[in-house]
Amino acid sequence: MKDVKVLGPGCKRCETVVQMVKDAAAQAGVDVTVTKVTDYAEIAGYGIASTPGIVVDGKIVHAGGLPKAEDLVRWITA
Amino acid sequence: MSAATQAKMVSAARPAAALGAVAAWAVLYSQLVPFSEWVVSLLPVERQSRLGEALAFFFYDAPKVLLLLTLVVFGMGIVRTWFSAERTRALLAGRREGVGNAMAAALGIVTPFCSCSAVPLFIGFVSAGVPLGVTFSFLIAAPMVNEVALGLLFALVGWRVALSYLAFGLMLAVVAGWVIGRLKLEAWLEPWVLRIHAGAADLPRTRPTLGERLVAGLDAVREIVGRVWYSVIAGIAAGALIHGYVPEDLLASIMGKEAWWSVPAAVIVGIPMYSNAAGIISVVEALLGKGAALGTVLAFMMSVIALSLPEMIILRKVLSVKLIAVFVAVVGVGILAVGFLFNLLFA
Repeated sequence: MKDVKVLGPGCKRCETVVQMVKDAAAQAGVDVTVTKVTDYAEIAGYGIASTPGIVVDGKIVHAGGLPKAEDLVRWITA
Repeated sequence: MSAATQAKMVSAARPAAALGAVAAWAVLYSQLVPFSEWVVSLLPVERQSRLGEALAFFFYDAPKVLLLLTLVVFGMGIVRTWFSAERTRALLAGRREGVGNAMAAALGIVTPFCSCSAVPLFIGFVSAGVPLGVTFSFLIAAPMVNEVALGLLFALVGWRVALSYLAFGLMLAVVAGWVIGRLKLEAWLEPWVLRIHAGAADLPRTRPTLGERLVAGLDAVREIVGRVWYSVIAGIAAGALIHGYVPEDLLASIMGKEAWWSVPAAVIVGIPMYSNAAGIISVVEALLGKGAALGTVLAFMMSVIALSLPEMIILRKVLSVKLIAVFVAVVGVGILAVGFLFNLLFA
């Protein structure tokens, strides 16, 4: 079970990323739990400056803008 | 289609497609006047009437602005692949004020971030040791010296105005940030912001290929033009109405050089208006055509873009009301100065 966190205050882009993670997981056949992190202090704690950010199993893999679908698959299958 | 196949297609078909796109763009752009005259001639409207004038303005400006917008956004989308908020923060962390303010203002133009990112960005900068004033220089320059506004001003109003706007916008961001830094207002941040000490995120660094940079440019076009086109059209329609219907004497008397109070009035009217830069340029063009003074119009435009209520509400999460008031006051005074200066310089 992969633990994926999507960091962002909750704008449209962040919602899109949540959906992209779910799609990528379905495509790759990986079990994931997706959590939205909207708390600013917690987002800042990860040390990123641009949202949406993506954290897979505690490790930051992406910050700022929409990720690429194939990168998402790579991150959650790694 | 995945981004990888997109990138491959771009690299394979690149030379031919790029040439074709540039040629199509140039042909369309060269036919703007005939196109607008032709459209108006099809309509049951007297060409010399007010309505005819307004329609001709609209059908000339709408394709022109959309073409330019696409070009500028595409170019900027490519440039932005060299910058990220995290790299910008690393460049600015621990910078001394002065040089730091200037760098921050310049980076504010090219660093990509969406407006809902303003708060994480603010916290990320301050907690990583970017001085408060330098952070403000960045936050002021980012919306103020907007690449879309710059490109459109260049094309619609002329290079002198565009370059002056760039120079004064940067200067305002540098000076306002510097003043806010000098005032030592760290205590006016919301207390929890100061408690956060974020390290630099350990992001995997990848170098995009040329194909990926081009795809990023296309993505920017699809996303930004797709999002703003209707406000652009609305702005052009407003510009067309001004062009066709507002009597010249009236506008020259309320927004002309002689009316000194027009500059502060323009700023006050501009603050609660919320429009993006792309929507406001046609209005700027039409106002100038009707004898409004350049400084007054630019002050109006800058206050619409740089001092927006929604952004202040977002920033309220991290800034106290007092600090927001200082921010508005400093930027407002700067815009007034720019307005008066322009009215002096451009007769």
